[in-house]
Amino acid sequence: MTLEASLDEIDRRIVLATQSGLPLTLQPYHAVARQVGVSPEEVMARMRRMIETGMIRRIGAVPNHYVLGYKANGMTVWDVPDERVDELGERVGALDFVSHCYHRPRHLPEWPYNFFAMVHGHDKSEVEAQARQIADLLGDADRGHDILYSTRILKKTGLRFG
Amino acid sequence: MDELDRAIVNFLQGGFPVCECPFAEVAAQLQTTERELISRVDRLLQRGILSRFGPMYHAERMGGSLSLAAMKIPESDFERVAEIVNAMPQVAHNYARDHVLSMWFVLATETPQEHAVALGKIERETGYPVYDMPKIKEYFVGLRLAV
Repeated sequence: MTLEASLDEIDRRIVLATQSGLPLTLQPYHAVARQVGVSPEEVMARMRRMIETGMIRRIGAVPNHYVLGYKANGMTVWDVPDERVDELGERVGALDFVSHCYHRPRHLPEWPYNFFAMVHGHDKSEVEAQARQIADLLGDADRGHDILYSTRILKKTGLRFG
Repeated sequence: MDELDRAIVNFLQGGFPVCECPFAEVAAQLQTTERELISRVDRLLQRGILSRFGPMYHAERMGGSLSLAAMKIPESDFERVAEIVNAMPQVAHNYARDHVLSMWFVLATETPQEHAVALGKIERETGYPVYDMPKIKEYFVGLRLAV
């Protein structure tokens, strides 16, 4: 993907320098600054601004859930009344076992589900318990649901800006 | 993983500061030294316990367009279709799932036009319709695993 036109050249260079990770040195933002060719203060100010504007979701670590024993990854999908999905989406998204939570379009008649919550457990029974918690929270707004497990990763390259 | 590794993984999922010496700041809160922290993070990455350490960029706000799409592919034709879909550079992830809609992929493009063209190409080359499910609203994205 190419980068947003509103980003200037320095922002772009910061993104390209950090998209695969922060340098593991005592002063990582200073190392980025040397690479980009600006002062460390400039790099820090720009990265703080990108956090404020939501261009950076957060800075931190992403654990590999498979390696940590979270082997059951369930895409739970729900048929929720459209007029209630925003209110309920915020509440389901706040559950700590939910990693991704979206309102998406239905494709009737084959696909009646308009609400997606990705959950992670050590095994399927844990995922099913998590789905029951979501069902409890949704109450009568749960007009039907399903859990789809991934059986195979066919491709995983991730996103890269170039 | 020992107690300190666990504390590091749990802490760093919550965030990492932007300041002169961020490792020193985090190390103080975890009651370790910044050099120990750096070498632990390095090892956690090398062992694959952490898959990433750094800023998580929000693709759509950075200029990209993302969509989740699904296809109903019979088992007998699955490998052929997977090959075609995986060969598309716009396909970032592709998963087989245990459902009639058996193939689920994330399409990352730069414009809505490119998105439509890519889906059209997949439909033509595979002979199957694509169920496009671009997000209408995002409520949460992040992973919070207690380890």
